[in-house]
Amino acid sequence: MPEGFRYSRRVAATEAELLDALRAGDEAAFAALVREYHPSLVRVARMYVSSPATAEEVAQETWLGVLNGLDRFEGRSSLKTWIFRILANIAKTRAVRDGRTLPFSALEDPARVPEPAVGADRFLDSEHPRWPGHWAVRPEPWPDDALLAAETRERLAEAIEALPATQRAVITLRDVEGWSSDEVRNALDLSETNQRVLLHRARSKVRAALESYLEPA
Amino acid sequence: MTVEFEQLSCRELVELVTDYLEGALAAEEHERVDRHLAVCRGCHTYVEQFRQTIELTGRLRVEDVSPEAELVLLDAFRAWHAA
Repeated sequence: MPEGFRYSRRVAATEAELLDALRAGDEAAFAALVREYHPSLVRVARMYVSSPATAEEVAQETWLGVLNGLDRFEGRSSLKTWIFRILANIAKTRAVRDGRTLPFSALEDPARVPEPAVGADRFLDSEHPRWPGHWAVRPEPWPDDALLAAETRERLAEAIEALPATQRAVITLRDVEGWSSDEVRNALDLSETNQRVLLHRARSKVRAALESYLEPA
Repeated sequence: MTVEFEQLSCRELVELVTDYLEGALAAEEHERVDRHLAVCRGCHTYVEQFRQTIELTGRLRVEDVSPEAELVLLDAFRAWHAA
């Protein structure tokens, strides 16, 4: 189970206490919150802005926004959702100022542009008399020891880094951080379908990258 | 066996894997995938690899907050609380 998942549940369970602690000026509580969400804030910000340095600035600015709004926060959404909404607003403003196209407005409906999970050359022709659309080159099981090697993990990280920004954000929040699909949809302002399409494409590409590493043709 | 494959090709199945694992398929569609997986070694392996990919992704270490950023933010927090 990913680390972020357990932590998120713990934060959610004690959110009222956390808010009380923050409002009372508890620095340890604030530091814990920053450690929990700051890396994800930077990653989500990177979908909107061009450089890692700008993403870091946007994430830091988000915390100032959080502090400014904290006394007015009524808990109608979760604290996490609220923080990521603040981030999205700041990041969008920054992207517009820097003359960048917003990722999701440019790609409103990812489902409209097909992107196969597996290359067409891996399958038999749809006109094949006996096995239309069946595997021509079947995937082979991966050896456990190779799968768990440190180098495989590096390839995996590289494959995620190479994804388009929106896909990278979705797979990172869902599969690295262990967020629920609803949390990701709220933070990234995505429809349920688009969240799943982006997640599917990201996972499919990462699987393919692992395959080409683990079972070289 | 041939009948099952005709209902859902491997090429179609690989596009349904996330929906399948997320429980987002209609019951009938979900069963179609199950029936296909029961008889197709290639797709069975594919779904297993997909699961392994998700599992392995979940073990990637998340980077820490830089000490500089944390100091800046804690300063901001103190200033906010003092105000």
